[in-house]
Amino acid sequence: MNIIRIFKTVFLIDFLTGLLIAIKESFKPKKTLNYPFEKGKISPRYRGEHALRRYPNGEERCIACKLCEAVCPAQAITIESTAREDGSRKTTRYDIDMLKCIYCGLCEESCPVDAIVQGPNFEFATHTREELYYNKEKLLENGDRWENVLAANIKADNPYR
Amino acid sequence: MEYIVLLFSEIYKILYVLIPVLVSVAMIVWLDRRIWAFVQKRRGPNVVGPFGLFQTLADALKYIFKEIIIPASSNKIIFILAPIVTMTLALIAWAVIPFSEDYVLADINVGILYIFAISSLGVYGIIMGGWASNSKYPFLGSIRSAAQMVSYEVSIGVIIINVLLCVGSLNLSDIVLAQEKIWFVIPLFPMFVIFFISSLAETNRPPFDLPEAEAELVAGYQTEYSGMMYAMFWLGEYANILLMCALGSILFLGGWLAPMNIPLFDIVPPPVWLILKILFLFVLFALIKAIVPRYRYDQLMRLGWKVFLPFSLIWVVLTSGYLLYFDLLPVY
Repeated sequence: MNIIRIFKTVFLIDFLTGLLIAIKESFKPKKTLNYPFEKGKISPRYRGEHALRRYPNGEERCIACKLCEAVCPAQAITIESTAREDGSRKTTRYDIDMLKCIYCGLCEESCPVDAIVQGPNFEFATHTREELYYNKEKLLENGDRWENVLAANIKADNPYR
Repeated sequence: MEYIVLLFSEIYKILYVLIPVLVSVAMIVWLDRRIWAFVQKRRGPNVVGPFGLFQTLADALKYIFKEIIIPASSNKIIFILAPIVTMTLALIAWAVIPFSEDYVLADINVGILYIFAISSLGVYGIIMGGWASNSKYPFLGSIRSAAQMVSYEVSIGVIIINVLLCVGSLNLSDIVLAQEKIWFVIPLFPMFVIFFISSLAETNRPPFDLPEAEAELVAGYQTEYSGMMYAMFWLGEYANILLMCALGSILFLGGWLAPMNIPLFDIVPPPVWLILKILFLFVLFALIKAIVPRYRYDQLMRLGWKVFLPFSLIWVVLTSGYLLYFDLLPVY
């Protein structure tokens, strides 16, 4: 036992085994993604950047029920609303402080008309904090940009809701 | 007029050595990161330039444009001097490295002593940096590195004596030429292994990177440095690593000599052989960085003083006894 250990120490057997393993491993396929060029698969439930959706005719979905504002645990959402001439209730202000947001997804869950959703986009880093105080225009623009994906995601996730 | 011509021809010669060294330092940093990544099944830097080759240049640019922060409580002169000393010492040692029979900047007769002296001075850069920072982690890191480099320099010195016994000259070109029949790595193989491990310790590479052990000392003596001054430490470190690889290949792997006296190998110019040998040793350096955990400090000291030093001393006795008994001592 002891002699074997001395033999192993003197001839660096364990070290050479490690070296061999290292050389072998370095030729195996990589486990990491080539990130900016290829991205990992994202589940339809992924809770990324927020977006406000519209109906196909262009009307905003949000009915200013303020459920998301009430449920938001970080109190990141601020909504102000008014009645329009046709009697429908619409938001005049819909702000999300993306720095406060904890991306829990409760706003999306509470929304009765699927207006506020969290999309698959996670690359919205900015240079200043101010750019992360999202207002209604920004959220609606997000919704317009991601509508195809958002609709597909909601449809895919529908059986489990 | 004569002096000016001489001056410019000398500067030209210096640049002819210095610029390839600096460029290869940049490439070697890339290679190091790449090999490290490959062993861990990552991709490593592969975006900037072909295969990410220009990553180091991009990093260097970033360092140049970053602010240099000098701590208020530091000794400013020594603080600024430390990275300069480290980098300069790492680069001037290249003056005596022979790339081929006539491609050597200074063919001095005590070349190996010169390199040894310069690399011993290298400790000063680190100590100055650690002490002038006036902060506890850099201080502890520099103390560690001083003790470590001094200990392993002793065993490297004794190993070099082995080689010198076989050569009979301190001139690096003579050392290379003495290996024409057989590379010293074959008769002195245990010494080569110990030299390699000691050079890992000498250049603060894993598993002996205690001076910059990030778990306990943040970044060791580099903690307070930023911007270009940090980059100079970094450059000096890698230039030192490259120098140790070059020294290893000159002392044991036959420098710029072709592997065998086969006529076909003569086509390849001698510097290419040296570069290939340096690369081989460096790839080993990089692989070792990827596979070994860090030593504990007392283990490091034990290895240096209780294992390597006695073993290489015994080997000196064996080598000299062998040479004396068979009357093989070189005559100069």
